[in-house]
Amino acid sequence: MVSQKISGKVFVLGDDIDTDQIIPAQYLVYSLEKPGEKEIYGQKALSGVPAAQSGLPMGNVPLMAEGENHSEFAIIVAGKNFGCGSSREHAPAALQIAGIGAVVAPTFARIFYRNAVDGGFLLPAESRDHLVSRFATGEEATLDLGAGTLENHTRNEKHVIKPLGGVADIVAAGGIFQYARKTGKLRNANHA
Amino acid sequence: MGMTITEKILAAHSQRDRVSAGENVWIDVDVLMTHDVCGPPTFAIFKKEFGENARVWDPRKVVIIPDHYIFTSDAHANRNVEVLRQFVAEQDLPNYYDVGSPRYKGVCHIALPEEGWTRPGEVLFGTDSHTCTAGAFGQFATGVGNTDAAFILGTGQLWVKVPETMRFEIEGKIPPGVMAKDIILNIIGDISVDGAAYRTMEFAGSAVTAMTMEERMTLCNMVIEAGGKNGVIAADATTEAYVKARTDAPYTVYQNDPDARFHSVYRYRAEDLQPMVAKPHSPDNKCGIVEVRGTPVERAYIGSCTGGKFEDFWAAAQILKDHPVKVDTFIVPATTQVSNQLKETEIGGRSLWQIFEDSGARIGEPSCAACLGGPSDTFGRLNNTEVCVSTTNRNFPGRMGSKKSQVYLASPYTVAASAIRGVLSDPREVL
Repeated sequence: MVSQKISGKVFVLGDDIDTDQIIPAQYLVYSLEKPGEKEIYGQKALSGVPAAQSGLPMGNVPLMAEGENHSEFAIIVAGKNFGCGSSREHAPAALQIAGIGAVVAPTFARIFYRNAVDGGFLLPAESRDHLVSRFATGEEATLDLGAGTLENHTRNEKHVIKPLGGVADIVAAGGIFQYARKTGKLRNANHA
Repeated sequence: MGMTITEKILAAHSQRDRVSAGENVWIDVDVLMTHDVCGPPTFAIFKKEFGENARVWDPRKVVIIPDHYIFTSDAHANRNVEVLRQFVAEQDLPNYYDVGSPRYKGVCHIALPEEGWTRPGEVLFGTDSHTCTAGAFGQFATGVGNTDAAFILGTGQLWVKVPETMRFEIEGKIPPGVMAKDIILNIIGDISVDGAAYRTMEFAGSAVTAMTMEERMTLCNMVIEAGGKNGVIAADATTEAYVKARTDAPYTVYQNDPDARFHSVYRYRAEDLQPMVAKPHSPDNKCGIVEVRGTPVERAYIGSCTGGKFEDFWAAAQILKDHPVKVDTFIVPATTQVSNQLKETEIGGRSLWQIFEDSGARIGEPSCAACLGGPSDTFGRLNNTEVCVSTTNRNFPGRMGSKKSQVYLASPYTVAASAIRGVLSDPREVL
């Protein structure tokens, strides 16, 4: 079961952040399971974003402090078409490994959205409005999918989050495998 | 209300009489393709979810084509190919195109059609976003992540949201010097990098009908760069001739119903088309070559699933046969078959391979190579502030290696014309 309420510091990015910026292709050689390699994905998450666009509005803020394995940020607020580009599931996985619980954007690229939902990596939440100018990196916020809100505590502003629609049951179950077992689509004993 | 080609394929694969855009349906999968980057994590999820001793749903329908990080000394990359071999051996999978074997192919999206895996009316999923290339064959083909691929491996099924279709009609005769790459860059520039999000892009009209399969593949390859779920071109005699020459497997040709409903229809006059480029750092940052010609470049790159097919090199050779290159020029045939064709096909008594060598270009081994950067020793990788003109499909920051580099996307004609002058150049001036 994925938590549908997440609080913490916000990391802000612009439009069209593609999967090569989320996790550059040179790191895809590492295992997503093996200890010692898996952590590299967290350390290198968003390392492909040009420095000036990393952590808006000021820029030059890395998601992960040097030598850390867990980011101080919990929620990404981004512009349109987040996660465009390749189908690499390593992208939502890298953000999850870094400690990100949700990405809020007005629109998502289709495969990133699917991967986030079916793999249960993080919550992809669609905002009604483009919110990049309404947040600064480091501000505190709470995403509440049930209430349909993203609250900026620093500015005391509330923004509308759209309902999940057709994927709500998969998100609630925690991924495609959990959903398929819950609905009887999958009946194998493993993890049943 | 009638159905589109995509709706008909999805209806047939969900045992329904009809489906409509917007519905979520479970569909049966005809082919699942994976490669060296996403195969290993897919197999790990498969074993975790279905058990260490689980068997794939149908070994004949699983196709494994290593292509991304092949010619590298990177130990982790080489380990991933070893993981593929182990899984293939455990599961006794017949359709594996192993590195170092006579079966090795190279870029999966070009190997799939060469080997007869792209069949009209079928459903193909692949763990790579450019799986949409196969829509050129009237197939429903799209990219998925590792979890979805692992689910398919165990069940042969996946849920999909039925997409709306955007239809692009291109009528007339394409002018000399203009290729499918110019057409798709123009369309992406018109609708933007998320203009087709969650939707099908269908290409039709007399200019598309007149295209070879390779040019049609170029159109469908880049629908993902507009956010599209899949591309589709109705199968016709050209399609069937290509497919029948490569497989005896049965297939079904679907057409749009006359009253099929489209999200939108865009119309282009082929005669108006011109050579295009996508400027750094986005595939929708388009302009005509005439607006940027003269811009210095330091590197030219011809390769990838978009621009590394035989006809792409045939086009480049029309220019390189008469001129030496002025900048570092990298030639990467998509597959071993393309590589062989370069050696076997001659213009004026010289093979294309010889023409490229004579021009001063460097020729690499068939694989994805520098299209997506890759390990630091990857052939053609941009490692610094290079300005590159390339036939590949993406130019987001850092895509070909270095965040400091700049990539202009263009057709093989335009890349070759720019290579011989060292500045972005209009191929119509040298053809």
